Order: sequence, then C-alpha cells, then structure tokens
Amino acid sequence: MDLKEKLISSFWAFENHQNEDAYLHNIRTEAIKSFEDKGFPTKKEEAWKYTSLNSILKNDYSVFPKLENTIEYNDVKKYFIHDIDTYKIVFIDGKYSSHLSQTTHDGMDICLMSSALSKPKYRILIENYFNKIAKNDSLTSLNTAFSSEGAYIHIPKNKMVAKPIQILHFSTGNESAIMLQPRNLIVVDENSLVQIIERHQSLTDNTVLTNSVTEVFINKRAIVDYYKIQNDNLNASLIDNSYINQKQESICSVHTFSFGGKLTRNNLNFFQHGERINSTLKGITIIGDKQHVDHNTLVHHKEPNCESHQDYKGVFGENSTGVFNGKIIVDKEAQKTNAFQSNKNILISDKASINTKPQLEIFADDVKCSHGCTIGQLDESAMFYLRSRGIPEKEAKALLTYAFSNNVLNSVQIPEIKQRINKIIANKLGVNLGFDL
Amino acid sequence: MLKIKNLHASVEDKSILKGINLEIKPGEVHAIMGPNGSGKSTLASVIAGKEDYEVTDGEIFFEGKDINELAAEERAHKGIFLSFQYPVEIPGVSVTNFMKTAINETRKAKGLEDMPAKDMLKLIREKAELLEIDRKFLSRSLNEGFSGGEKKRNEIFQMAMLEPKLAILDETDSGLDIDALRIVANGVNKLKSKDNAVLVITHYQRLLDYIVPDFVHVLYKGRIVKSGTKELAHELEEKGYDWIKEEVNA
Repeated sequence: MDLKEKLISSFWAFENHQNEDAYLHNIRTEAIKSFEDKGFPTKKEEAWKYTSLNSILKNDYSVFPKLENTIEYNDVKKYFIHDIDTYKIVFIDGKYSSHLSQTTHDGMDICLMSSALSKPKYRILIENYFNKIAKNDSLTSLNTAFSSEGAYIHIPKNKMVAKPIQILHFSTGNESAIMLQPRNLIVVDENSLVQIIERHQSLTDNTVLTNSVTEVFINKRAIVDYYKIQNDNLNASLIDNSYINQKQESICSVHTFSFGGKLTRNNLNFFQHGERINSTLKGITIIGDKQHVDHNTLVHHKEPNCESHQDYKGVFGENSTGVFNGKIIVDKEAQKTNAFQSNKNILISDKASINTKPQLEIFADDVKCSHGCTIGQLDESAMFYLRSRGIPEKEAKALLTYAFSNNVLNSVQIPEIKQRINKIIANKLGVNLGFDL
Repeated sequence: MLKIKNLHASVEDKSILKGINLEIKPGEVHAIMGPNGSGKSTLASVIAGKEDYEVTDGEIFFEGKDINELAAEERAHKGIFLSFQYPVEIPGVSVTNFMKTAINETRKAKGLEDMPAKDMLKLIREKAELLEIDRKFLSRSLNEGFSGGEKKRNEIFQMAMLEPKLAILDETDSGLDIDALRIVANGVNKLKSKDNAVLVITHYQRLLDYIVPDFVHVLYKGRIVKSGTKELAHELEEKGYDWIKEEVNA
C-alpha cells in the first residue's frame, strides 16, 4: 500500500471516531476526496517542477502515533526563544504538551485547535474562518482532512499582545517514521498586534514529514509579525502551507529562516483585501549537504494603494538545491500597487544549484512593480580584503555570507530572534568569530 | 625586511610585472610612483598574497623567508598589511567586531589567547584617537556608507590596530581632501618606528609631502625604471611621467 492509499484508508478509520457535527465532517470528507483526486504533486506540475517529493513519500509513515511521549523542558530549552517571556503552544509527536506550554484565555485565546474545533463557544469563529482561505490543492486538502490539532489564536480588537507566541512541534523518534499534519488558525481583529514564532524540531534522526497548514486572518489596521525558524535534522522534511488574508491598512511580515531539514517547501500566500495594506515576505536560506529548500510565494494584490516587499537571500553549499518561485498578481482594480521582489543567491559549491523564477501577472496599468534575481559567488576581492587582515578563508567566507544576508535581519523586530539567527548562521558556517554576529 | 628579486607576475596570462627588484629595510619609507597601468597596485596585491595573480618567476622574501606559497592571511599574520585603494563594505559587521576578529585570528595563528575584552577596548580607543575617529563610527557597519575619506582613515585605523611590520599603502591619498590627508599621514607617521617599514604607492607626489620617503622608485611597464630620493618625486610632480617614458622607450 503506498502512502496515498494508506492515508485515505487511515482517514476513514479516523473520521469514524470523530464525534462531530456534519459541518466539519463535510469539510473533511470534501478534502479527502480532493486529495484522492489530485494525489501528491509531481514534477509534471509547474509549481513542483524543481521539487520532487518522491524521496520522502516512499517511507512507511505512522499517521497516528500510538505511543505518547514526554520530554523535559531542559532537554529542549535550546529550541525555544527562552531569554524572553512568551506564550508557548507545544506539541510532541502531534499531541499537545500542557507541561511545556503556556496558553491563555485571559482577554484573548491562545490555545489549541482541538478545543476550537470541538467547543461550541468557538463555533462561530470556526465557521467564519476555518478552511476559508486555504486552497484545495492536494497537500492542503490532505491536511484539512486530517486536521485535528495545532495552534488556535484569536486576538480580539484593540489588543497589543505583549509577549510573542511560540508554536513548537517536537517529534521524539518514538516511531521510525512519522507524518505530522498540524493545523493552525490565527485571527487578529482590528487594531491588534501579535508576534508569532514557529518551529518544527525533530529530536532524533528518525524520519519526519510535516505537512502544515496555517491560516492567518488580519483585520483592519492589525499588525502580525511572523517568524519561521527552520533548522531541523537531515531526516526531517517540512511542507509549510501558509495563507494570509489581510484587510485594509493592516501590516504583515513573515520572515522564514531555512537552515536545516532534508526537504523544505514553503508555500506562502498573501491575499490583500482592502486598501493601503503592507505585506512583507523575507527569507534567509543557508544550506549544504543534499538539502533542498523551495520558496513558493504568492502575493495577490486585489485593491488599490497597497504594497508588498519580498526579499529572499540564499546561500547554497555542497550538493544542496534551492528553488525560488515568486508570483505577484495585480488585479485590474489594484491601481497604485507598489510590489517589489528580490531574490539573490550565492553558490559556494560547484555542485549546488538554484532555480529562481519571478512570475508577474499585472492587469492594472498604474503600478510600480520591480523584481530581480541574481546568482553568483562570493566576491573574490572582498575575500582578499578580509584575508589580508589576517582573517582565515573559512571565517572570511562566513563573514561575507553573513554580510550578504544581513539586510533580511534588519526588519526582525525581536532582538532575541536576531541573536538566535546569528548564532545559527555562525554554527551553520562552522565558525567562531569571537563575537555574536 | 622585504626583498623582492626579479619578480614576474601575470593575471589571466597577461604579464604585468616583468622583473621587479626591491629591498626594504626596517625603519625605511619607500614610495613607488608611476603612470596609470604601470603595475603599482599589482605589486601591492602580489606582496599581500592576492590569489588572482600568478607569480611566474622571481622571489619575495619577508624577514628572510620565501613567502610566495603563503596565503594572504598567513602573510598578514607575519606582519604584512595592505591598505586598500577600494576597501570593501561588510554590512552587519561593525568596525569594532571586525577588528576583534582580525586581531584574535592573528593572535590565534601565533598561538596566543584571545585579547581580553578590556584590553581590546582600550586599544581601540587609543588608536581611534590617533586617527581622530569618533566612537560612534566604530559601531557602524564596516565601510558601509563611509565617505572616501572615512574609508581611508578606517584603513589606517586598522593598520594602527594590527601594528604590521610592513605597511603597504595603495593609493591611500586618492579621494582624500587636504584635512583627511593630513590626519591619515599623521597617523602613519606616528606609527612609524625603526623596526617597521612603509611602502607608499601613489600616482601623485602630494602624499609624500606628509609621509616623507627615504627612497622613491618609478614603476613603468612592470619594471622599476628609476630610483632616487624624495627629490625624484618633486621632479615627477613638475615634469610628469613623459620624460621617463621617453627615456625608457628610447
């Protein structure tokens, strides 16, 4: 039985155990049918031309882990941003871990998807928002069919959430191969602000495949600042499907830091509904080995006077491969749009490669849209400059790599994240420069 | 200190240096002048160990040892410093942090511990004062958005920090106004001792009014075609390079 068949038969076993009303049952069964029709994406599809899932789909994944596992905070502390106070929603092998988490219902809901899906008091929100912007492509549909757990965040209007929220998914290696499908729903009402940090971390070398879906609704004048830290083990793969819906004058930025994992695919979709919206998509990718990172972005400008800024930097070593596919759609009504996209890459090995492709579909005639992509090597003169000051080749490369990706970090609002990313970069590049970058 | 014998160097099969002979002793200041394209900057880069240049013949000895096989950083660790004509911008790395890395890597190469943070700060403050550098400047990203003058002053600041035995100043005067030129030259002169040496590479005589050379060499078509004292520099300033070219070509 291949993975697709296994998932479909597991679905029906799972669905029969759910004691829920027709509303969710219908969504799930529609979703599994959609997945069944489409199957896993293949390289024949334009959006998957440079990313093959074959190598990760052949594993015999456990879809519903039987054993529960616990972990101690001290063993996983390093994966948290722990030098500041935060809310935490933590999952171990897909199950909620109350002892590692710090949730709240005090004036806002920072809690669990399972509660939101099952408790009547959340029902109106679920009916208004759940699965409303997630596409019905095969992987998102698969997640929808299985969605039972994840983070549920609802910030009511006029609320500045003082502490960032960390969403962490740990896998413990209890099963030789595990498939996780977290589902997050984040609703931020008018004039509110929230910061979110998301991380997926495998604690052993066992195989993990995460197919995550996150829907984010940002209402008028609200601000969302989202950070994705991807530095997982070499047997862990992640498909992140994020859908962000923005209303007028809202601001959203998503920073994606991709340093680890076997295969990482980020499907990041922004939909602008309203005027004077600002969307920022930034990323730093530094990989080596046989790692693969694919950024697939979409910004859909539907109304006038909005902005979007995309800035992705990639550094590819050894046999690693990268993909950047950035699509910008500007509807006819979306006059005075200002859309900017940049993807710059450095190949530090002859065997590494990157495929980068901007895709602009502009139907309005009074817009400013610019895009640019570059692929190059580290500047030899700059290398000589550093080395002539006594800095050895490896350290000089690290400094230049850091300098190359630095501008992406300028917009990071949480200093502890910046420090953490700098440490990961120094670690990734195998240097100790005697100061925190 | 530095002894160059019959040095030939080329880049991408284009021969640029065609038999340079030069000896610099501790305590001396040498100037290399010459028209554009004569090979001045190439000579500076070859001594500092730039890999793009291939030494096809001849030898470079530094303190009696052949350094031709050494990487740029190894030459730096031995005490060779090159002040760049076009310093490179390093966004996100402050002048202070860059210097910490450079100094501690050099110490590491010599088997020394990292310099204690307190001593480092003291040294930075001391040398910044020498170059009339504001403290705020030290926390800025290295060379990013620096004016031409600031870049050159920062080069000499780095030289002051690293205390090289041989400092090569490649067109340090280009892009400097008179005040910046005075500050830079003053810094170089204060760092001068009987144990170190300076090689000034310049197109114009101007800098040599401030950093007075013991010897002046004229480089043309990859060879030193004339050597003399500082009066030679004045003569070049007055008469230009044409008479030299005529002499050589005759």
